[in-house]
Amino acid sequence: MMITNEKNDFDILRFTTVGSVDDGKSTLIGRLLYDSKGIFEDQLAAVQKTSGKKGFESDEGIDFALLTDGLAAEREQGITIDVAYRYFNTPKRKFIIADTPGHEQYTRNMVTGASTAHLTIILIDARKGILDQSRRHALISSLLGIPNFLIAVNKMDLVDYSQEVFEKIEADFKELISKLDLANANIEFVPISALKGDNVVNAGSKMPWYKGSTILEVLEGVDVQSTLVDKKFRLPVQYVIRTDNAEYPDYRGFAGQISTGTVAVGDELISLPSGMKSKLKSVTALGADTDRAVAKQSVTLVLEDEIDTSRGDMIVKIGEEPELRKEFNANICWMSETKFEPRKKYLLKHTSNKIKAMGTEINYKLDINNYDKLAATELGLNDIANIHFKLLKPIAADSYKENRNTGSFILIDEISNDTVAAGMIN
Amino acid sequence: MSIVKEELKLNHLRQLEAESIHIIREVAAEFKNPVMLYSVGKDSSVMLHLARKAFYPAVLPFPLMHVDTGYKFPEMYTFRDELIKSIGAKLIIHKNEEAMANDMNPFKYGTDKCCAALKTGGLLAGLEKHGFDAAFGGARREEEKSRAKERVYSIRDEFGQWDPKNQRPELWNLYNSEINEGESIRVFPLSNWTEVDIWEYIKAEEIPIVPIYYAQKREVVMRNGVMIPIDRSSPYTSPKEGEEVLIKNTRFRSLGCMPCTGAVESDVTDIDGIIEESKLARKSERENRVIDLGSDSSMEDKKKEGYF
Repeated sequence: MMITNEKNDFDILRFTTVGSVDDGKSTLIGRLLYDSKGIFEDQLAAVQKTSGKKGFESDEGIDFALLTDGLAAEREQGITIDVAYRYFNTPKRKFIIADTPGHEQYTRNMVTGASTAHLTIILIDARKGILDQSRRHALISSLLGIPNFLIAVNKMDLVDYSQEVFEKIEADFKELISKLDLANANIEFVPISALKGDNVVNAGSKMPWYKGSTILEVLEGVDVQSTLVDKKFRLPVQYVIRTDNAEYPDYRGFAGQISTGTVAVGDELISLPSGMKSKLKSVTALGADTDRAVAKQSVTLVLEDEIDTSRGDMIVKIGEEPELRKEFNANICWMSETKFEPRKKYLLKHTSNKIKAMGTEINYKLDINNYDKLAATELGLNDIANIHFKLLKPIAADSYKENRNTGSFILIDEISNDTVAAGMIN
Repeated sequence: MSIVKEELKLNHLRQLEAESIHIIREVAAEFKNPVMLYSVGKDSSVMLHLARKAFYPAVLPFPLMHVDTGYKFPEMYTFRDELIKSIGAKLIIHKNEEAMANDMNPFKYGTDKCCAALKTGGLLAGLEKHGFDAAFGGARREEEKSRAKERVYSIRDEFGQWDPKNQRPELWNLYNSEINEGESIRVFPLSNWTEVDIWEYIKAEEIPIVPIYYAQKREVVMRNGVMIPIDRSSPYTSPKEGEEVLIKNTRFRSLGCMPCTGAVESDVTDIDGIIEESKLARKSERENRVIDLGSDSSMEDKKKEGYF
């Protein structure tokens, strides 16, 4: 098949960074971009033109924070409001950074950035230790199922590069996350100075006691694809492609992006919710058909038999069916200024499916700073809660823990059309 | 085990391709009347190729639209017409005829006003005329800092305006296609691609591109530090009085209107050379686009008015 003819070890890692003013997040991103040459001179010059009024300057005389603040309002106020996406490459990998603000009022932006991340960088100021922000960040990263945590203890230059300070923070953080469900997560701690560059791209000479990887080495080393390929095969059908010509007479193909797993010609498949069964005949592609497809590919499958399948359905392997669920509990992050209303009908978008749904009961609300479960009767902007949902029709869904794609949904307000919540099925 | 896994891995281009195709299919499935903006450049070429892959073996389920200012390079028009014929797509060419009849040009009115009339004005009128509710654009987040904050689905009001403070959260690969009457969306399937990704993909898929991306000897003049190409067939692309015409080996990193698109000196005549140059480039590809040089928030201001 086509993909095997290419060099496949150069892939993409998406990671998120969260932080508020002064904790050095923008400096860290600026440093990664600058040291890996991911920033252009004219973009740098445009920033330097408006620089000089705020922020920290590095040894190179650059206020890295200004590189990452994209909107005029952000540059004027010196804050990060929204999620910004940044790109850089090393010889090993392409990186996509979702750069989000850390303040509690921007929890929804953190959730957004975390939703697609393979890795999260949690920045901790070495002088201050673990703050509320770190607690929030760890909780959101764990709720959103990010598989890799990189705890960067920053500003080591301001604590004399002390091993003791670093180890104390490491111990405190491990204690903190023992309350979270992180049994399967890969967690690494790195002492750094983003401003001076120690242990970001290059190790530097200030912390000989630290034998671990630099930030970039961790970012380059994380495996993101194997785990997706190993899971059960899931193809949410997006579009049915039909045509009738000499090469493809009476053609009918089921198009979608494979969430997880792999599929090969001859595999016995079942379409949900209809329950109709068939076998994979071929995978259509411009150029030449193939006999196999893998997680994250956008493909078009042709089956042996004519079965009734359309947008919103899910094709899976026989014996690996997900549950059809009409009711479930889900963790949600409320993203709208309009409050959540129990029993109000929202539009729930799950894979390629849109269905009416209502939250019948708030099981509990999470205190995002100390992780306590609180009783609640209403939810507002940035609240994180566990809710019981009822759907108009059943959907084929996995739990979010098993599958971040077939276990997630958004809620849409039918009047304002706003995206009001992000949901993760239990 | 590890050998099998290696074969099952997707490289960065295949990951980007899959994400873009997913977005294109979502829009085709959820909107009544989508259109793909086609501007003849490298990004449009990649976007169109991805759309063809998304629906293969069927034909594209939506038309293409070129918002033509009349000031594009002659090579771009030739390329456009030949390509469209060869792939059998439906192309709408939309021009702001009124402004063009009134001799709108960047010299008399300035680049900003000219762009507002011929590009933004032409685009909005074209979308409205055909009642398009979704329009694909080839913009990438890496290109410019306000684009870095724009969603894949960018909601526009009745005036086509972007409100950066009122963007919907966008999570996982779940896009919210619900809009009210009169609203529309701009969709950016190439959001996560960089210039180097685009060139590497053009190479991998052998996608045809306009030949002026390759270097050739060309007459140019220097205007405000930008090397502007000369074509004596029109007064707007001829040298002005007192300007010194230089002959230089040049190519273009990004294509726009001839009077406002700068060339870069280069000897590169093949795709590997372009990829190498893009990797080594220390300036962004829009450095020579006169439209972006206005102010620090030039692009953000234009997007707020309805520009792509």
